[in-house]
Amino acid sequence: MSTTPSRQPDAIVIGAGHNGLVAACYLARAGVKVLVVERSDIVGGAAVSRKLYQDFTYSNCSYVCSLLRPEIMRTLELPRYGLQIIPYEGGCTMMRGGGHLALYDNHDALRREISRHSKRDAEAYDRYSRDVMRQCKFIKPLLMREPPDPTSFKPRDIQELLYLGQRLHGLGEERMYDTLRFWTMSAADFLDEYFESEIVKAHFAGTSIIGTALGPRSPGSAYVLLHHYMGDIDETVGAWGFARGGMGAITQALSQSLEASGGSIRVDSPVERILVKNGQAVGVALASGEEIQAKTVISNMDVKRTFLNTVDPEHLPADFLTAVKRFKIRGSSGKLNIALDGLPTFPAIPKDSPTIRGDLHITDTLEMMERAYDDWKEGRWSQAPYVDMLIPSQIDPTMTPDGKHYMSVFVQYCPYELADGPWTDEKRQAFGNTVIDAIANQSPDFKSLILHAEIRTPWDIEREVGLTEGNIFQGELTMDQLLFNRPVPGYAQYATPIKSLYMSGSSTHPGGGVMGAPGANAARRVLRDLGLGAKS
Amino acid sequence: MNTTTVPHYKKPLWDTPFAERARAFQQRDSFVPWAGYSTVDVFTTVEQEYFAIRNAATLFDLTPMVKYRIAGVDAERYLNRLVTRDIRKLKVGRVSYVVWCNDAGHLIDDGTVFRISEHDFRICTAERQLDWFMDSAIGFKVEIEEVTREIAALAVQGPTSCFVLKRLGLDGVDQLKPFEWRNLSAAGRPVMVSRTGFTGDLGYELWMRPEHALGLWDDLMEVGQSRGIRPIGSQALNMARIEAGFLLPNVDFISAEHTIRLDRDRSPLELGLEWLVEFNKPHFNGRRALLEESRVGPKRRLVGLDVAGNKAAHGALLYADEAGLKEIGHVTSAMWSPTCKRNIALAMINTPHGALGSTVWADVYLNRELMWERRMLRSEVVERPFFAHARRRATPPADR
Repeated sequence: MSTTPSRQPDAIVIGAGHNGLVAACYLARAGVKVLVVERSDIVGGAAVSRKLYQDFTYSNCSYVCSLLRPEIMRTLELPRYGLQIIPYEGGCTMMRGGGHLALYDNHDALRREISRHSKRDAEAYDRYSRDVMRQCKFIKPLLMREPPDPTSFKPRDIQELLYLGQRLHGLGEERMYDTLRFWTMSAADFLDEYFESEIVKAHFAGTSIIGTALGPRSPGSAYVLLHHYMGDIDETVGAWGFARGGMGAITQALSQSLEASGGSIRVDSPVERILVKNGQAVGVALASGEEIQAKTVISNMDVKRTFLNTVDPEHLPADFLTAVKRFKIRGSSGKLNIALDGLPTFPAIPKDSPTIRGDLHITDTLEMMERAYDDWKEGRWSQAPYVDMLIPSQIDPTMTPDGKHYMSVFVQYCPYELADGPWTDEKRQAFGNTVIDAIANQSPDFKSLILHAEIRTPWDIEREVGLTEGNIFQGELTMDQLLFNRPVPGYAQYATPIKSLYMSGSSTHPGGGVMGAPGANAARRVLRDLGLGAKS
Repeated sequence: MNTTTVPHYKKPLWDTPFAERARAFQQRDSFVPWAGYSTVDVFTTVEQEYFAIRNAATLFDLTPMVKYRIAGVDAERYLNRLVTRDIRKLKVGRVSYVVWCNDAGHLIDDGTVFRISEHDFRICTAERQLDWFMDSAIGFKVEIEEVTREIAALAVQGPTSCFVLKRLGLDGVDQLKPFEWRNLSAAGRPVMVSRTGFTGDLGYELWMRPEHALGLWDDLMEVGQSRGIRPIGSQALNMARIEAGFLLPNVDFISAEHTIRLDRDRSPLELGLEWLVEFNKPHFNGRRALLEESRVGPKRRLVGLDVAGNKAAHGALLYADEAGLKEIGHVTSAMWSPTCKRNIALAMINTPHGALGSTVWADVYLNRELMWERRMLRSEVVERPFFAHARRRATPPADR
């Protein structure tokens, strides 16, 4: 790589989201001169920490961390560059009319907690955990690998297919059946196989809809639930935590790691077009008119933004573009970031329970969750929304001044396009008010504590972060869009129809959730094509 | 302290009805969680507690043992399909040690079934089973109810245990044969007494209402004092059960309901429990798989080992050769047996290795004042149980 002129990069990564930075880090460490260009004024994409009000730090988009692959943190030395992941304990669903279900780390406490609602469910929970763990154990080794192309006869694909086959076979007959069922069934059906209590099912169904334009009764939602269990913190599988300093700490650490290995980043540099010559990517044109040449271009933008907006269609096969257009990437979630003057009280939760430090929810039946989804289908935000609500400032002292709190509220469902016309400031405020009212139903003092609230609709997330339709996973995590079908059949191995143009975002296998795996896998693919594979 | 007012998220473990006495008597602050209860691991010294089991009389609080009532016109048919033994042969007044499997013939748990009346059974298990039991009840007219917290249980075990119970006033206790139970009473307190236990020695288990627990404990301690009665913790009991060759879930096997990895499931045939599998009865869970397994032979077997030296071979990998080239299994439980004066172990060994009388090699790591030393110890596959005294079966038993 030393033959390239000194100022020109070998590779350009478009977008300084976590996957773009991960890909860049791996390339830089292999000796590739890499430049990351970022549209926004800060790095991070959807993993950012910002101060919008006084000394309150918000995790503006993504807000909790579990899936970020430990091997990435380790190889890229992210702890050395300041990344700390602090686990939090459990969560809780509050019930209308009082009462709650909490999840405790202590198994005995958890069993007694669930048995308050159903003695049988308390014991079925062990079977549920076992089956989820069995499936995660199958999927996890696939995360950091390129999915095989089942139609290819290349030795590499055959080898990877064999690996996949061996993993499946290693599950044993019964679990193989389960795998196919779990990857296709609805979360409601899945949970019905274990639990009888509505509140228990509602609590566990939460992660099956997060970031997804599916309801708990939609086929395929069970996989989304599993997807959220695939992470671990220090070997506690399924555990979730906070990045100390907010989710921006992840991308800050990645930036520092990148710069330490010789890579560079340019912010405020939106890419207008990917330059293609003779079917080969040769660089990018910035909105400013500046062109930067490079032999390799890696787009960390989602697949739609990359190919429908940034590449001239004349360079692309029509079939491919059609498939990209069909790729499901529907916006379904909003986000509120709220500065609070103090810790709100929730009468449904006992005052001395640690559960307030976990993820808090107010949707107590599957029915209520499905109704929330119905609103989305009708083109309006949920009137009784599902929220995944956390108060990280109880655990992370860096987020707020002492005694003050930051609440992150992920909201499902919120459409990208409203039935009654485009989003306006008034509608955004009305959406925010719906969410705040819903929370206030469980917390009488909540409203009076609000100092500032940032309200983000899918439309805002697309505009500000660049995610098409504001879809947090860069494409839905359904079976038809996973593994060798992600993002589109035939192009699941980070390469594209254009030579030396690659994809590294969550549109690719294994998908979103601040995992970093797509970026790492993409880098490995690029390095292999550059003949530098062995070094990684 | 009134524990009922402390919520579970502050105090996840229950106290047993004996906790007040147990806490007063224990000197070690050594507690272990067991099936949702806080229980004593060691009261004073493991050695003294262990020798009381083999020499005198002991009290062991087994309240946490999970108990279910299974009742209804189909209760017998239900249990007969559930477990591998023939429950039709279990008469009222008798207890049976049973195991139950999934359809793959993999062990879910073991336990004891008490036949209370024609249509009423009690089953005591190590792990919670409500989910499995209720799933297994589809199509049967049975009611299944967990009754763990409604029954306090105390094991009274050791050579003087019968004498102590007679002195307590449990008239007729000496007539109980092994695996029989009877409703008796002591000082006006109704007590269900079974001649069962986990020590492989003479012993009984007492089942009572929780409100009678403390009074009974006090009376037992008083009448048994001259015969060396003392409370024991789970460590001492564990020694006795290894000598007796009994299996401990999550130590010698993992329930098929909990295994994550393939090949961690165990069948009753692999665990040497084929004597509990009755093929001459109607269909039962795992029948087909077990029949096939008994035809081709199990892949591995739980065996007893007599290990050279005197250091317990905890968790040791086992090899066919002294050089340690061919790994053939691992130790699941190990101890120096003070009664047998042998260094004993229970081990899982891949067939065809592990035949009775054969030699295997145990890779043992010894911590000698913080320095680890490695030993390849010659071990012989021997008969189980390691300890089987005639007094455990004698009826009526001797007083000492």
